[in-house]
Parts: sequence; C-alpha cells; structure tokens
Amino acid sequence: MATEQPFFLIDDLHVEIEENEILQGVDLSVKRGEIHAIMGPNGSGKSTLAHTLMGHPSYEATAGQVLFNGEDILERDPNDRAKLGIFLAFQYPLAIPGVSTLNFLRTSLKAVKQEEISARQFRKHLLDKMDLLKISREFAGRYLNDGFSGGEKKRMEILQMAVLEPELAVLDEIDSGLDIDAIRAVGEGISSIMHPEMSIVIITHYPRILHYVKPDYVHIMVDGKIRQSGGFELAEELEAKGYDVLLKEVMQASS
Amino acid sequence: MAVTEKDIQESKKVYKEKYGFADPEQAIYKAPKGLDPERVIEISQMKNEPEWMLNFRLKSLEIFNKKPVPKWGADLDKIPFEDLSYFVRTTEKQGTTWEDVPEYIKDTFDKLGIPEAERKFLAGVSAQYESEVVYHSIQKDLEAKGVIFLSTEEGLEQHPELFRQYFGTVIPSADNKFAAMNGAFWSGGSFVYVPPGVQVTIPLQAYFRINAEQMGQFERTLIIVDEGAYVHYVEGCTAPVYSTDSFHSGVIEIIVQKNARCRYTTIQNWSTNVYNLVTQRSAVYEGGVMEWVDANLGSNITMKYPSVYLMEPGAKGDILSIAYAGDGQVLDAGGKAIHVAPNTSSKIISKSISQHGGRTSFRGLLKIYKGAERSKSAMRCDALILDQESRSDTYPTIEIEEEQVNLGHEAVVSRIGEDQLFYLMSRGLSESEAAGMIVSGFIEPIVKELPMEYAVEMNRLIQLQMDKAVG
Ligand SMILES: Nc1ncnc2c1ncn2[C@@H]1O[C@H](COP(=O)(O)OP(=O)(O)OP(=O)(O)O)[C@@H](O)[C@H]1O
Ligand SMILES: [Mg+2]
Repeated sequence: MATEQPFFLIDDLHVEIEENEILQGVDLSVKRGEIHAIMGPNGSGKSTLAHTLMGHPSYEATAGQVLFNGEDILERDPNDRAKLGIFLAFQYPLAIPGVSTLNFLRTSLKAVKQEEISARQFRKHLLDKMDLLKISREFAGRYLNDGFSGGEKKRMEILQMAVLEPELAVLDEIDSGLDIDAIRAVGEGISSIMHPEMSIVIITHYPRILHYVKPDYVHIMVDGKIRQSGGFELAEELEAKGYDVLLKEVMQASS
Repeated sequence: MAVTEKDIQESKKVYKEKYGFADPEQAIYKAPKGLDPERVIEISQMKNEPEWMLNFRLKSLEIFNKKPVPKWGADLDKIPFEDLSYFVRTTEKQGTTWEDVPEYIKDTFDKLGIPEAERKFLAGVSAQYESEVVYHSIQKDLEAKGVIFLSTEEGLEQHPELFRQYFGTVIPSADNKFAAMNGAFWSGGSFVYVPPGVQVTIPLQAYFRINAEQMGQFERTLIIVDEGAYVHYVEGCTAPVYSTDSFHSGVIEIIVQKNARCRYTTIQNWSTNVYNLVTQRSAVYEGGVMEWVDANLGSNITMKYPSVYLMEPGAKGDILSIAYAGDGQVLDAGGKAIHVAPNTSSKIISKSISQHGGRTSFRGLLKIYKGAERSKSAMRCDALILDQESRSDTYPTIEIEEEQVNLGHEAVVSRIGEDQLFYLMSRGLSESEAAGMIVSGFIEPIVKELPMEYAVEMNRLIQLQMDKAVG
C-alpha cells in the first residue's frame, strides 16, 4: 500500500523550550499511506514533537529539518502548514466559547482549502462526517469543545480531521481519557478516514488503539530521541515488559 | 500578537472610507462657538418653542455651569467646550420621503445603508444629520394604531401635553453635568409613544450622523411605552474622522408602563475623535421589562451606563453591553440597576475587549432600597485583553439596604492565550482571523440578542476594528 515517495521526513530535529533542549535529534521518515506509532514515557518529548511539527511559537527548532513534500516547513506559520495538508489532533484540545462547531469548521475548511464553500454544501459535508463517525448531530450547533467531556473533545478532533481531509495527521494521545467503547469508536473512525494517500503519526501509551489503527512502524521515544523502532510487535512487547525492562534490553543489545 | 503601527493605521483607514468620509459643510445655520445663554435663547427661538422649554434650557445651562467636570472616570479635562458649535441646522424642513432630503445628505445616508435597511427590515426610521432630524418615516399601519414616532421637536409641537408630562422626569438636568448640558442645548432625537397593548414587532431605528468639524450633538430622546405595549428601538451613529474633537451628549428617557416591554439597542461607532457622554435611563413600572443592549465600538472617550429604575413590584431590567477599545480609546461603560420596589429583578452583563493600547472600564451600580425585598440581581463582567499594551478595569458598586435579596456578582478578566491562537491557527486560520474568531465567540452571548441584521453588522464592525486582514 505504501508508495515509494518519502513525503514526510524529520531529520536530526533539535527543539528547545525556554532554552531547555527537549528534543535531541529526532529522525523519522514517513511515506504516503504509512501509519507510524510513537510511544514513550511521560515527559519524553512526544507532545513537543507534535507541537513543533505544527509550528507552535514556543517551541524553537535549533537544528535539523522537517521536510514535507521535499520542502522544509520549519519556518512556516501553523496556518500555512494546515494549508499544506498537515493536521494535529491535540492531546488537550482547547475550547472556543461562543463559536459553534459548525461555524468553526466551515471557516477552517475554507481557510485550509482556500476556496469558498456554501453554507448548505458545508452542512452536508459536516453531517456526512458526523454520521460516519457516529457523532450526534447535536454537536454541530454546540460551541466548540465548550463544556465537552474529555472523550467528546477527542472525538471532535477526529471529526475535524475527517472534515479537513489532511495528507498527514499527527494524533497526540487521541485515545487517552477514552472508555473502552470510545476507543473502539475513535479507532474505527480513524481507520474509516484513512486512505492510501494519507499518512498518520499516532502518539499513544497503549497498544489498544493500535489494533484499530494498525501501525506499519512503532517507535519508542525516550529523553527526546527515538531509541528503538520496530513493527507492531514492539508495542505488544512494550506492554508486556514496560519501558524499564525493554530499554535495558535495548541498551545491552546496542552496547 | 505583534500589531504594528501600520496595522492600526490600516484599520483606521477602513473606518474612514466606510463611515468616516466627510461632506463639505453646507449648513444653513451654524451657531457661533461657545456656551452663552444667548446661544440657548437662539436655539429655542429657531425651534419656536413654548416658554417653559426655554426656561428649562436656561435653568439647565445654569446647572451645567455650576457642576464640575466629573473626576471619577475618564479624563475629560481636554474637552474643548469653548471651541464647539452647539447647533448646526442643515435644512428648513424634515423629509418624510428621501426625495425631500437635501441631495448630499441623502447620499450620505445611502452610503451608510439606511434607506436600504429601512426597506428591508425596519418599521420606521429617523435620520439625524448634525443637530436635527432631516428624515423620518413610520409604517402606515403603526401610525393607524396610534404609534407616534417623531423628532423630539415635533413631539413637543404636536403632542404638547403628553410630552410635558414625561419630559425631564426620568433624567432631570440636575442629574449630572452632561445631562444639564443636553438640557440646555438639546436638539433632535426621537419622541416615541406606543399606545396600550400595541406591539411594534419590527424595530424602529434612529441614525445619528455628525458631519461638521468641532461640533456638539445633543440628541434628546423620550420613549413612552404604555401598558402592555412593546417596542424595539435601535440607534446607530458614525462621524467623519477629523483631527479636532467633536462632542456627543445624548439624553435618553424611557418610561415603561405596567406590563409593557421596551428594548433599546445601541450600536455606537463614532470616529475616534468624538467624545461620547450619554445618559440613558428607564423607569419601569409594575411587571414591565426594560432591556438595554448597548454596543460601544467607536469614540475617543465614551462614558455611558444605561440604567433601570425598577419602581413597582415585578419590574425587570436587563442591561447587556459590549465595549471595544482600540488605539487611544477609553471606553468606560456598564450599567446601573436601582431596585425601589419588592420582587424586582435586574441583570447587568458586560463584555469588553481592549486591544492596541485601548482601555476599557466596567462600572456597575446595584442599589437595593429598603422595602425592595425579595429582589434579585446578577452582575457579571467579562473582560478580554488582546495584547500587553491594553488594559481593563472593573468598578462594581453594590449598595443593599434590604436583607431578603438574591445577588450574584462575578468579574472575569482574561487574555487571549497563545495556545488558543495556536489551536485555531493549526486549523488554517491566520493569527488575526484566530483572534477575530475568539472575540466573536466572546461577544456571542450578547450579539445573539440582536436582530440578525445587526448581529452580522456587529461582528463585521468588530472584525474591522481589530484588524484589516480578516475575512
Ligand atoms: N512550555 C513548556 N515549558 C517548559 N517545559 C516544557 C514545556 N512544554 C513541555 N515541557 C517539558 O518538556 C518535556 C517533554 O514534554 P512533552 O509534553 O513533550 O512530553 P510527552 O512525551 O508528551 O509526555 P506525556 O506522555 O505525559 O504527554 C517535559 O519535561 C515537559 O515538562
Ligand atoms: Mg504528551
């Protein structure tokens, strides 16, 4: 399914926040149609990577590059990256009181696609996606994430992804805070949106979601660097052993 | 958010093109500058007023001269009282069709979209240019039901008894310095009477335009909503951008009779060289409802606190306000609720936005007199500050003489956070679009109270003020 073209490449990326180096040389190569999972202990830098990929102003890339379709995007504003086809599902989505999900997403889609879309046309597009993801239509009229439960916010992130149709989606702990049924709903939702031209980088602590969003590669990040990569079995091994044991084995193997 | 001087100039330019254009002055009479009693007599004579009104004016001038400039709010010491013209007449007669209005004035109102709005969604229109109403109209069926919608001068002339019964009763000239000033120089404004039981379901609108440089506009409005009746009155205003200051000081008195309801909506969009000091107050009787919806976007300094006096049991008053202060602007707004009778209720809700060094202040007064037991009141103000240069303050005052009351008070000041902007930008919005969206969401609870056409206009005006590159 994966084509040969490596359209997303992170090369020796170093990132600082307030002069602390958090990412210490991350490498990752993603082809079209591939799913990559990134796992790693709390505070290892996964969200830092996600934010940096989307262009958060507090995260300063001090070395390395991030190539999207061959172009270094590190100097680009977040909205330009969105227009290029990059999407980030936030670990902690923000609320925008007073702005309905429908209005927000219509504005967003117009901005990303850079074309007009009639209210009626958009409404249909949105409702189709809501039905696909089994999200109650009532959410279209509610203020974006305002008063939503943790799980509802996560499902809205997936809805946004479905509406905006990105080429690359970075999903930061889309499964955390979800009950077991919701993990299945979200997982199935993601795989129903996925298509051969789309790539996903999914950050998670647990293999459960990966049963629905089956990764081609699993990477383990520790202390701001990817220390180990493998196939799906690495996620299961990790679950069985925990980071401590797994990483000791890795260290021994590499020394 | 990095806002450059260029952005600010750009947004001012947009105002100038859309609303701030000026016509060459073509007054047929412009009073000499200054605050002499002679000016007052002259205005009264030009309007052929009865003697009691002349006396009211002269008395008001005395009060104005005695009262000091208030020191508790914005800095008013720079108001150039001696340099202003207090009366400018542009036409001998008011039109009841736009053809009757001098061509250049009609063009101005065309540009501002008034005749179009009138055709589409208004029950009546009053258009004031400089000191006087130049055009007014009301739908025939309302007129047939006895609804009166006239300029204030015509109200005095055509309905002398009704007029005199209420004029100056809700806001006497002794109330404050600027109410006194209005009492002396008042000109224009609306006189509205809605007979018992009559529902005016679509809005009446008054539009106020200052065109002359260094001018004082003193509209005076009197609205009487008789038992069980309803009316929604909307006012809008704009002015050209000049380097000198102009002055607008209105007085709006509203009487809401038993079980009647009145909504008064303001969309204030003066250019930033206008001082805007307005006193608006309503007396509400048994079971009546007064709603002020007050949006202040323009002006150099605004001081304005719509008030409700809840006079009889069951009276209710809501005051919703939005203020936006940009570069060099001081918007001092809020509301006052005075509970005189038992079982009365009030709500004061304010939303303010400050940006580009602007300053907003919320001033709320809640007073519950002895005897107003079982009254309820809620006061809430939310301030949103968009950058480091801007500022917001809240000054709530609560005076309670009664124990059995139910009160709530809340004030929240917040800044637009980097993370919120980042979230929206990650969805394709530019930084200014993102800020615009956060602001329009912030004011939504109040904007949704406006008729649809005004809600759209309101959002557009705010976005226009915030940054040029939106939409
Ligand atoms: N704005 C910030 N200022 C200072 N330190 C920060 C900031 N953001 C993140 N960090 C630090 O960077 C490190 C990596 O954080 P990050 O959020 O990327 O971890 P994570 O791998 O996503 O963890 P988790 O699994 O708990 O979500 C942590 O030590 C964190 O405290
Ligand atoms: Mg994280």
